[in-house]
Amino acid sequence: MTVVRATQADAARGLAGSAPGRPPASLWGDAWRRLSRNRAAVLSLVFLTGLIAVSLAAGLVAPYAYDQQDLDATDLAPSAAHLFGTDGLGRDELSRLVYGSRISLAVAFVDVLIVVLVGVPLGLIAGFVGRWADTVIMRTVDVLFAFPSLLLVIVVITYLRAVLELPQTDLLAAVGAADKLTGGLLGVFIALALVSWLTVARLVRGQVLSLKEREFIEAARMIGARDRRIMLRHLLPNTLAPVIVAATFGIPGAIATEAGLSFLGLGVRPPLPSWGILIAEGVRTMRAFPHELIYPAGALALTLICFNFLGDGLRDALDPKLKAD
Amino acid sequence: MITYILRRLLWMVPSLVVVFTLTFALVHATPGSPWDESEKPLPDAVKANLAKQYHLDDPLPKQYVDYLANALHGDLGPSYRSAERSVSEIIGATLPVSLQLGLASVLFALVFGLPLGVLAALRRNTWVDHLSSLITVTGISTPPFVRISLLIVAFSIALPLFPTGGWNGLLDGRIVLPTIALGLGPAALFARYMRSSLLEVLPLDFMRTARAKGLAETAVVVRHALKNSLIPVVTVAGVTLTNVITGAFFIERIYSVPGIGRQFIDSVSGRDYPLLLGIVLVFALLISVMNLLADLSYGLFDPRIRYR
Repeated sequence: MTVVRATQADAARGLAGSAPGRPPASLWGDAWRRLSRNRAAVLSLVFLTGLIAVSLAAGLVAPYAYDQQDLDATDLAPSAAHLFGTDGLGRDELSRLVYGSRISLAVAFVDVLIVVLVGVPLGLIAGFVGRWADTVIMRTVDVLFAFPSLLLVIVVITYLRAVLELPQTDLLAAVGAADKLTGGLLGVFIALALVSWLTVARLVRGQVLSLKEREFIEAARMIGARDRRIMLRHLLPNTLAPVIVAATFGIPGAIATEAGLSFLGLGVRPPLPSWGILIAEGVRTMRAFPHELIYPAGALALTLICFNFLGDGLRDALDPKLKAD
Repeated sequence: MITYILRRLLWMVPSLVVVFTLTFALVHATPGSPWDESEKPLPDAVKANLAKQYHLDDPLPKQYVDYLANALHGDLGPSYRSAERSVSEIIGATLPVSLQLGLASVLFALVFGLPLGVLAALRRNTWVDHLSSLITVTGISTPPFVRISLLIVAFSIALPLFPTGGWNGLLDGRIVLPTIALGLGPAALFARYMRSSLLEVLPLDFMRTARAKGLAETAVVVRHALKNSLIPVVTVAGVTLTNVITGAFFIERIYSVPGIGRQFIDSVSGRDYPLLLGIVLVFALLISVMNLLADLSYGLFDPRIRYR
């Protein structure tokens, strides 16, 4: 049913496109138009753009430094001097939230980087080369997928932290020093690198498997295109839309993983104000000062919800045939 | 059917061995022991004695075989941290608590999520649908530690309806908040799958036939539509288990539920590696069995599926 309706709509749009006065629709222009009609997605995009701006300009936006203590002004309720109040060490909650957004967004950025640099190439190779490459890559994906990723990440980061604490080789010592320098973020990135490429690798492989049987690939091969060119110029662009959608849906998972690890004391180290750490501190004092929990928990929840709404919107915009209604 | 089950059970053995070997290797490659951390370092002689007591001075292959042989007899070795209880005893005491909490939350997810999805599909594009989509996205996006802490603030502190933590079995008010916090994720998944799968079934021909022969709308929906749209919902069983296990790490810790999830986190922060290894094994077994049950249940909902 939905498929039929979609083709009719496509046909109607095709007719309209050939009529004078309407420029031919491009895939991306069309997708943008559909996305901009989705109210939840647009609102989420506005919020997330604002969040990125705030995190980039954290030094200008935040009224205080994130680790500036004022022991005469601990656990204050929200006021004009401290819009979101202060924590147990008299640090300004708003400033810590603002600087904490940098950590969450850095995690989002690195997660996308891993998807693009690891997930897409491995999926492409598995699907296009096939044979042993496919077997090796996909069995690895299966093994890593068999476990809840958070369980895997916790076990690996426990190991990683112990190894980096007592480094046996120069390389490990260097990694350990870099991890200390980034306040523990590097360890989180290494753990994320283990799990965040899986979904996209599997997705790209499936896409490539079905695409490489299509006529346009045959045509490209016929005019003498080499494997490299076919992979990069013909297969890769055609997997772009689903990869964008999957990457967007992956971001909230990565941000939540970092926050969860930091919450448990396995991620970013204090005094860096990861939202996970702020929530952990808030839980400790929630009976007396619930505002110290509500602001970071709300900020994290809102950010994750917005990424999910944006993912929903992108999916509907980039692949209208998939839309359920 | 029986050969299928037997073959699947046989396949579980190599995958469990892989998981066990990997975890064993990782845990034993991890430097340091719980005794390194203390403020006053232990004398080397005492450390050597402790290592001897826990067989850490045996060659690794021997430790591996010994552990495996003992594990098959249900003995997962001594815990580093608690002298009076073995790993098996700790798991035996905490797993039932987590199972009760997990079952309660899955039940909540079914009772809350499925009707929500059905309502959203039947009232598509109305405020009911939009509200349900807001609840669904919230349930899917928010991590469990955010849900439980906000629930505690709202319903134990601001509005003191429930205690702020603790555990006293299934029939106690203390189970309400952790159950909702843990079940909201699966509930959201159920609602989302139920909605989209029902939307696919609703316009099919047999639905028109059912209406044409004069069935009441409720009977049409319940007897014809629901039955045919449950299969995609069953496929989320694996994700649900994952949600419940990893969610329990946080929720049991924050709400002071004496379950296996809290033990797992404690074993990580306390470097109690035998306990960590044992718990990972239990999780692996649980996941394998659940996946088998999920695969078998497809046949229950769709008689066309044959097991070979």
